Amino acid sequence: MAEQNVVRTRGVKKAFDLGKVTVEALRGIDLEIAKGEYISIMGPSGSGKTTLFNVIGGLDKPTEGRVYIDEVDVAQLDAYELAWLRCRKIGYIFQTFNLIPVMTALENITLPMIFAGLSEDDARDKGVELLKSVGLGERVHHKPNELSGGQQQRVAIARAFANDPAIILADEPTGNLDLKTGKEIIGLLKELNKEKGVTIISATHDLKMIDVSDRIFWIRDGKVERIERRADVQLEVGTVEGKQAG
Amino acid sequence: MQEIFDENVFKKGIGRQINLPFLKAVSTAFKNIRVRFGRSFITIGGIFFSLTFLMSTFTNNVIAQSLLASGTDEVKFLLQPMAQEVQARQVWLISLSLLVCIIGIMNAMLTSVTERYREIGTWKCLGALDRFIVELFLLESTFQGLIGSIGGAILGFLFPLFVNIGKYGTQVIEVLPWLEILKYGAITIVIGLVLSIAGAIYPAYRATQMVPADAMRQEM
Repeated sequence: MAEQNVVRTRGVKKAFDLGKVTVEALRGIDLEIAKGEYISIMGPSGSGKTTLFNVIGGLDKPTEGRVYIDEVDVAQLDAYELAWLRCRKIGYIFQTFNLIPVMTALENITLPMIFAGLSEDDARDKGVELLKSVGLGERVHHKPNELSGGQQQRVAIARAFANDPAIILADEPTGNLDLKTGKEIIGLLKELNKEKGVTIISATHDLKMIDVSDRIFWIRDGKVERIERRADVQLEVGTVEGKQAG
Repeated sequence: MQEIFDENVFKKGIGRQINLPFLKAVSTAFKNIRVRFGRSFITIGGIFFSLTFLMSTFTNNVIAQSLLASGTDEVKFLLQPMAQEVQARQVWLISLSLLVCIIGIMNAMLTSVTERYREIGTWKCLGALDRFIVELFLLESTFQGLIGSIGGAILGFLFPLFVNIGKYGTQVIEVLPWLEILKYGAITIVIGLVLSIAGAIYPAYRATQMVPADAMRQEM
């Protein structure tokens, strides 16, 4: 109990039953993430990154094992508590942005604030501030389909920060963006991570992410292959191009 | 951070800590219909024409009955030989139109909700309670059902009325039992509303029962 872990998992397994075959997406994940860390979960497609993301975020239930958010077992929460957790404690960012298509940028951002009980006026003021902070002060009343991919992702980031969550979960946040926009989004996330002290956990296979991460979890075949600190990886990338096992 | 999960805050006041004001829900539901106008139009059209069919069957039935009872001899003479046959056929027609109505409306509502599973998953990620989502779809389907049902009941009355006037003359209006028509109109609207709501709420409820990851994985 010496160090405070925002996220802790113990023996998390997840199997998908696909009729005749059962696919084991996660085969026992144990990890600890401290407050304020910037974590990248890296691995090839099909390695279980997204499944791990979903399980940590309370968007999916593990078949076995436990997930603790602030040392509270997520499996023990009822529907109200889970909704509360998703509303205030965790902000989600997706590869496909997942904005509500019929709502403007501002309405998308204020929605979680309204769930959290803010008045329309307060939510609007805070929403405008958030949009400014992600560089979209002039796009307040645009609908998602009137925005570029990068702009939509910025709205999604602003929305994720709406209720000042402790954790931001990002699933391939740069996956649908070009190189330059991807870099900008990564920079923005890092900035918010420093500024607000929020923990960022990002599932990705975008190597640009390594540079800003405090630690990198390499996932392969549903297991944590190794955990590296940023300094170690930079050294490795700088000197030898290839990866060494273990 | 730990204090957020403190027993006091966390266990007691949780129900009141997540909310969606009713007016906000109404305006969101209304906006959903307006913004997706093309899609809503097709959904409402499905309800509308299903109910037009049902109502016109009712109306035809009522007109035939009232003409047989109090129309001119000439018309009675025309209708008499068919009377028995008409009875049997009407039962069959009404059953059939009810069936068309049920399937048509359910189909329109089911597809309009299932194509939004991903959005429902997103709503849940933002912290929406299951009942907010069900409430939204309830409001939306009530609006759609009401517009489609009232429209369908009106057209389903007017269309056979004019056809019958064309066939048997204005005496149709004179013998028409308005109360009966009103009764069938109300039945039609109620059927339309119940089916639209049931057709939307069931899949919406199903979607809220899924974990968000599953709801967002659904592709339509």
